[in-house]
Amino acid sequence: MPTPPGSRASTKAPHRMAPMLANIRELSFWAENAASIGLVALVIVFSFLSPAFLTLGNIRAMLIAAAILVILAVAQAFVITTGGIDLSISATMTLGAVGFGLSWSAGRGFVISTVIGILTAALVGLVNGLLIARGKVTDFIATLATLSVATGLALILSDGKPIAVNSSQLLRLTTGSIGIFGYPIILAAVIGAVAWFVMFRTRFGLHVQAVGGNDESAIANGISAVRVRIATYLIAAGLAGVAALLLVARIGAAEPAINTQYLLNSIAAVVLGGVSLTGGKAKIVGPIVGALLLTALTNGLTLLGVSQFYQPLAVGIVVVLAALLTRFQKK
Amino acid sequence: MTTSPSLSPVSNPGADVLLTAENITKSFGGIHALKSASITMRRGEITALIGDNGAGKSTLVRCLSGIHKPDSGTITLDGEQVVFETPHHASQSGIETVHQNLALVEELAVWQNFFLGRELTRRLGLIRTLDRKAMKAHAAELLQDLAVNAPSVTSKVRRLSGGQRQAVAIARAAGRNSKIVIMDEPTAALGVQETARVEHVINTLRDSGVAVLLISHNFDQVMRLADHIWVMRAGVAVAGRRASATSGDELVALITGARAA
Ligand SMILES: Nc1ncnc2c1ncn2[C@@H]1O[C@H](COP(=O)(O)OP(=O)(O)OP(=O)(O)O)[C@@H](O)[C@H]1O
Ligand SMILES: [Mg+2]
Repeated sequence: MPTPPGSRASTKAPHRMAPMLANIRELSFWAENAASIGLVALVIVFSFLSPAFLTLGNIRAMLIAAAILVILAVAQAFVITTGGIDLSISATMTLGAVGFGLSWSAGRGFVISTVIGILTAALVGLVNGLLIARGKVTDFIATLATLSVATGLALILSDGKPIAVNSSQLLRLTTGSIGIFGYPIILAAVIGAVAWFVMFRTRFGLHVQAVGGNDESAIANGISAVRVRIATYLIAAGLAGVAALLLVARIGAAEPAINTQYLLNSIAAVVLGGVSLTGGKAKIVGPIVGALLLTALTNGLTLLGVSQFYQPLAVGIVVVLAALLTRFQKK
Repeated sequence: MTTSPSLSPVSNPGADVLLTAENITKSFGGIHALKSASITMRRGEITALIGDNGAGKSTLVRCLSGIHKPDSGTITLDGEQVVFETPHHASQSGIETVHQNLALVEELAVWQNFFLGRELTRRLGLIRTLDRKAMKAHAAELLQDLAVNAPSVTSKVRRLSGGQRQAVAIARAAGRNSKIVIMDEPTAALGVQETARVEHVINTLRDSGVAVLLISHNFDQVMRLADHIWVMRAGVAVAGRRASATSGDELVALITGARAA
């Protein structure tokens, strides 16, 4: 039956929409994209409740504030993909910050201090990797122990006092920007992009996923699970060392403070990003969006004048919801 | 030769023997899975390894493919004694294995499993990146020959049927240009057509000079394919027979111990 072209287009339209609509009705669609959907929802809600939320100034501030968590979430995502967990990640960052601070106050300059900070942090990762991969210590126990060791070392080395760092380079790192994107978030974005490339486009990334998915099979195919695990914990700690730099830049001092919130949020961001803690399912963008979501949540609550005491509560609720949603992910 | 004639592998040992495993033992805690197992494999032949459940077949396979290090005993490959510290060593020495558990990673795609541990890469400036296109194409090609309903190479192994998984593992091992291909119950989950194709692959491998070690509980299959048959019982290779000089009845008797070697 011949139909005019106009009506044909209109009869075809719902056809093309149908798969997408069916998709949206599926719970797995929401589960796979929990972090992005949650972020959009938060932005909409907060911009209704607070006119200051969606201003350029606040977006810029949020992105800068998100940088550290984005980097830690990427680091944690690598470890979790191998089926492990790094509970020492924020303590590693703290130790890296103290390493940077001590080197700086000894007059070693920005570049060398940066390298020393990252190497100090990487040392914790090496210990984690050796304990877990060679020593066959459970990841949970090993990194709980190094959390304590790194925290203790940071306190001992700094004598428990913050080390002031007045570096013009650090100042430029915190204040410089391209458009609304401050240098910290640009650094975090570059790290995220490189991490994505390494995870999904290199042999090493494939091996990380294989070891996390089924280490026995990975080994049978000639992969050294020991080496992959050590490298993963090393990379995670090295990234924590980079985050340490941003931390020092932000505070203007290397503080031996205990940053437990960063640890919990790094794991929360990965869970929000739809990564299963059993390992083998790699995601990089998800955890990054998860980190942005958690930062937006904290920022929005602050803007609304909600007491700081409620923030961990809110984070906890969001993570529980995300964890419940991940049950509906496609297998 | 000091060994008894029935234990000696063939009437003219030496010439084209590719692999010899001698007096391999392996224990797990108190379980003696292998108590002095000795077998030989010859170039261009299909060697079958049969025996009841728990006889130690898979354990011997895992010793030959570098997963287990034997507690004692020697492995000689191409006239040289070898010690496989890792599966990587074994595959570098030309031994590929289809394990009974298939050794696939469920969360990865078929093509990723196909090239796991031997990824094709290409240069991108200073770095090497995965050559995804080449790997997908190559995997699809090899799989096409084997599976009746070949799965898409981009689907996750988790989504495949048992038979499709087995096809992936077999195509993977067969496509690696090795000297020895070991298959631990390769047709256990396969339908009639797929079994026929796998048997064809095994014959093709043999014809191209590869030594195939076939573990199977299917007597008809063993008699159909094998040139030489080793019988294992309770961790020992109790007898070796030329396929042409034995019968199903004799093999059953050897497996159960009703008949001494
Ligand atoms: N990793 C292990 N740890 C402990 N015991 C093991 C291990 N692997 C094998 N065994 C034991 O060794 C013995 C031989 O097992 P193996 O898998 O080699 O048998 P099989 O001949 O392959 O049997 P099937 O025909 O059922 O595959 C069994 O008793 C088994 O329980
Ligand atoms: Mg077996």
